[in-house]
Amino acid sequence: MSIFEYNGSALVAMVGKNCFAIGSDRRLGVQLQTIATDFQRIFQIHDHLFIGLSGLGTDAQTLYQRLVFRHKLYQLREERDMKPETFANLVSAILYEKRFGPYFCQPVIAGLGDDNKPFICTMDSIGAKELAKDFVVAGTASESLYGACESMYKPDMEPEELFETVSQALQASLDRDCLSGWGGHVYLV
Amino acid sequence: MTNAKFEAPPKGGFSFDLCKRNEMLLNKGLKAPGFLKTGTTIVGLIFQDGVILGADTRATEGPIVADKNCEKIHYMAPNIYCCGAGTAADTEAVTDMVSSQLKLHRYHTGRESRVVTSLTLLKTHLFRYQGYVSAALVLGGVDITGPHLHTIYPHGSTDTLPFATMGSGSLAAMSVFESKFREGLSKEEGIKLVCEAISSGIFNDLGSGSNVDVCVITKGNVEYLRNHVEPNPRTYTSAKGCTFTKPTEVLSTKVSLREKKAEVNEGGDAMEE
Amino acid sequence: MTKQQANWSPYDFNGGTCVAVAGADYCVIAADTRMSTGYNILTRDYSKICKLAEKSLLASSGFQADVRALQKHLEARHLIYQHQHNKQMSCPAMAQLLSNTLYYKRFFPYYAFNVLGGLDTEGKGCVFTYDAVGSYEKVGYSAQGSGAKLITPFLDNQLKSPSPLLLPVQDAVTPLSEAEAIDLVKTAFASATERDIYTGDNLEIVVLNKEGLRRDYMDLRKD
Repeated sequence: MSIFEYNGSALVAMVGKNCFAIGSDRRLGVQLQTIATDFQRIFQIHDHLFIGLSGLGTDAQTLYQRLVFRHKLYQLREERDMKPETFANLVSAILYEKRFGPYFCQPVIAGLGDDNKPFICTMDSIGAKELAKDFVVAGTASESLYGACESMYKPDMEPEELFETVSQALQASLDRDCLSGWGGHVYLV
Repeated sequence: MTNAKFEAPPKGGFSFDLCKRNEMLLNKGLKAPGFLKTGTTIVGLIFQDGVILGADTRATEGPIVADKNCEKIHYMAPNIYCCGAGTAADTEAVTDMVSSQLKLHRYHTGRESRVVTSLTLLKTHLFRYQGYVSAALVLGGVDITGPHLHTIYPHGSTDTLPFATMGSGSLAAMSVFESKFREGLSKEEGIKLVCEAISSGIFNDLGSGSNVDVCVITKGNVEYLRNHVEPNPRTYTSAKGCTFTKPTEVLSTKVSLREKKAEVNEGGDAMEE
Repeated sequence: MTKQQANWSPYDFNGGTCVAVAGADYCVIAADTRMSTGYNILTRDYSKICKLAEKSLLASSGFQADVRALQKHLEARHLIYQHQHNKQMSCPAMAQLLSNTLYYKRFFPYYAFNVLGGLDTEGKGCVFTYDAVGSYEKVGYSAQGSGAKLITPFLDNQLKSPSPLLLPVQDAVTPLSEAEAIDLVKTAFASATERDIYTGDNLEIVVLNKEGLRRDYMDLRKD
C-alpha cells in the first residue's frame, strides 16, 4: 500500500465559462477503516483561490498551514492577494524544496485570475506543475476521476451545468474507490 | 514559549527534515509514491544556420496520461533552450535554476550567454546529486561561437553531437535520424526531420504522445512552434453529449459573495450611508 | 555458474480494454485492438474478441498467450459439447464452463481478465464478468483490462445497475436502445484512450442481436 493510499482521498477541479468548480470527498480513513466522514481537504486561500490537498492527511494540514502563513506574509508585503499562477509557483517551490523527503501530498489548485479567467493546476508530491485547460484530478480515486471527467467534460459550461458535471463525476468515481467516499464538497466560483 | 522559533521562508536548497519520518513510514511497509514522469521523446539537431529542438507533449504517471499537452522545451536564455526528460519536477526545477543563474551572469557580464556555460552549470548540479536529480536533457543554442547541441545524462555526463535523442522514445527517434540526417540541412528540411523523429516516438513509444513541439534557434532569432503538429485529436465525441439520469442530491448550499464591491446593484437598493 | 534466470516471470501484460453491455434484445461487446508490452506496441491490429459459440463472445485482456490458450481450450470443449449434445452451448452454460476452466488453474492461473457477452436462450442480452481465477457474476455491463478503472465509473453513472441484493430480483439489463449503447461504448473508449497508454489504435465493436452478429470498427488514438 502506498502512503498516498493511507488516508484515501479524491479531488477534482474543472473549468467552465468564467467559472470553476473544485470538489473533494469527505472521508478520512486509516487504510480500510473510516475515521471521520467530514474531513476537509479543500481550503480557501482568499476570495477566489482554493487549494485541495490529497494524500496523507497530516501532511495536507501541515502544508496548508505553511501556505496560509506564506500567503499572509505576501499580503503584508504586497497589500494584495496572490494570483493563482503565483500561488501555484509558491506551492511548487515549497514541495520541491523537499525533493528528497517529500510531503505525501498531491495538491490541486483552482482560482480565478485577472478578468475572471479560471486557472486550474495540479502537481505531484514534489511540485511538478501540470497546467490544464479542462480538468485536473488527484487522490486515490484519480484514475476513476480521469475516466469520468474525460467522458463528461464539455468546454465552456455554465455554472449550474459545471456543478452538475463535477458532482456526477465525483460521485461516480467515489463509488468505485474503496478509500474515498461519504459524499463530497463542491465549491463553485 | 520564550524561544519559539519563527519559521522564515527558506533561502534555498533542499530540505531533508522529513526524510527520517518518511523512512519510518517506508519501514512500516507503506510504499513510497511514484512521481510524475515525462516518459518522453526529445530530440535536437544542428542544421545549416542553427539548432532545432523537438519534443512530444505527454506526461505520464505510471500507465496513466497525467498531462496531454505539457511543455518540455524549457527556456534557458534568449538564445538557448533545453528539452527535458525524466522526473518532471527535476527537469523543470533544474532548468529554471540554471536559467536564473544565466540571467544573473548576463547582468554581471553584459554579454550573451554561451551554451557551454549552461552546459557546465547543468552538469555540475546533476553530478553533485549523483543521479538522484533524474533529469535527462537535450540542450541546444546558438552563441558567439556558433550552434551547439549537447545531451546531458542524469549523472552529469555530457555528449556533444550533431543530432541527439533522449527519453523513452529515443530509440524510435534515433532510427529516423540515423537513416535521414545529413549535415547542412535547410530550416524546412530540419523541422520536417525533427517532426518525423518526434512522431515516430509518439506513435511507437507508449510513454510519448499527443503533439509535436518544435523550437528553431538561429543567430539572433528563436521560433518556438508550440503544438507544431497535432496528429492525435480525440476520435469520437457523442453527438448528444453527456446527460445524467439522476440529478445530484444537494445536501446543503451556502452562498457567499466574493468581492463585495462588485456585487452592488446599480441604482437598485443601494445601501444608504 | 551463477543462477541467471532468478527474475524470470512466466507472465507478461499485453494491455487492452474490454467492455460489454447487455440490453433487452442485444449485447454489445467491444475491445481495442492494441497489443503492447512495456512501452512498446507489438501490434495495432489484434482482436481480443473471440466467438466461442453462436451466441456467446469472449473478450479478454491480460497476457495474450494465456488468453489464446484459454480460447483454444474453450473452443475444444465447445466442439466436444456439440458432438455430445448436437447443439450450440448457451451463453450461461459457457459462462459456467469458463469459470470452471479458470478455477482449474487456481494455483497457476491464466493471466486473463474476461468479459463474456451473449444472448441467453430467450434472446435477452447477458454479460458475465470474471477475475483471473474464475469468480464470476452476471451483470448488465462490465469493463475489464487496463482501462477498466477509467470506464467503469462512467458506465455506473450512465447505466446505474440495480443492486443484486434487491428483492424482488431486478433485471440487470440496461434500458438503452442498441444505437445508444453503441454510442456509449464509443464515448467510453474514446475517453479511456485519452488517458490510458495501453488502450488505443482501433476499437472493435461486436453486436449480437436476433438478426445475428455484426462487427463495427472505429479509429482510436494511435499514440
